[in-house]
Amino acid sequence: MKAHLTRRYLFSASHRLHSKALSDEENRATYGKCNNPFGHGHNYHLEVTVSGPVDAQTGMVCNLVDLDNLVAREILDRFDHQNLNMLKEFTVSVPTTENLCRQIYDILQRRFRHAHLDRVRLEETLMNSFEYDGEGTHSLIL
Amino acid sequence: MVYLTRKAEFSASHYYNNPQLTPEENHRIFGKCNNPNGHGHNYTLEVTVKGEINPQSGFVVDLKQLKEVMQKEVLDAMDHRFLNKEVPEFTSRTPTTENIAIAIWQRLQPRLNAATLHRVRVYETPDLFVDFYGEA
Repeated sequence: MKAHLTRRYLFSASHRLHSKALSDEENRATYGKCNNPFGHGHNYHLEVTVSGPVDAQTGMVCNLVDLDNLVAREILDRFDHQNLNMLKEFTVSVPTTENLCRQIYDILQRRFRHAHLDRVRLEETLMNSFEYDGEGTHSLIL
Repeated sequence: MVYLTRKAEFSASHYYNNPQLTPEENHRIFGKCNNPNGHGHNYTLEVTVKGEINPQSGFVVDLKQLKEVMQKEVLDAMDHRFLNKEVPEFTSRTPTTENIAIAIWQRLQPRLNAATLHRVRVYETPDLFVDFYGEA
């Protein structure tokens, strides 16, 4: 029988929303206070949902240790306590939470082999959250 | 179609062990969850049912009835219990969160006549939950 398992993680990072394709005025109009040149930070709550048949021997969709280790190594080590704008992942794309959500999905989708990756959900604040399940094109918003 | 979710909490202990595996294999796969003395969680259960709104009552389902079924089938059986030893489903299956969600679905599904069971979500901790939709 197929079950869906969701694990939550926390990391903190700073960013500034600024597109090189827009003028300074357009950037201010588009991103408002998120365009502040000095940046600002968030505590991001990440939810990773994986699914698959419940293994008859273990009773599990996948071993949580495998998921935790991968997320720690590939996501938390990479993004926690970083300025997202300085990372190679965001040299061309704006580190909006939409783009961050897609980056995280793509990284996990390439590397997680123990169950199917259903969805990545990212809470930027208590009021904002974004989800990505691999639908559509993978071109990032520049 | 309207979806309605009712929450409940129960506290229980469990441990993970497959008698078909060696003690070393059990320890390797289940880690600290393999401690035979057990450990506990405060589980949060979310039961989601779906249906059309009854024009007379304005309800998708009689909440009182849903609450009673959840109480009888889940809380009376699992709250303040050692799942491995006191819940029949877990004499042959490991009480992982996945299997708990499936067992709860199988307990509730035949009892709900007015609405269709859509999802059973079981939180083991605030950072870990399992959804079961009755998928084969």
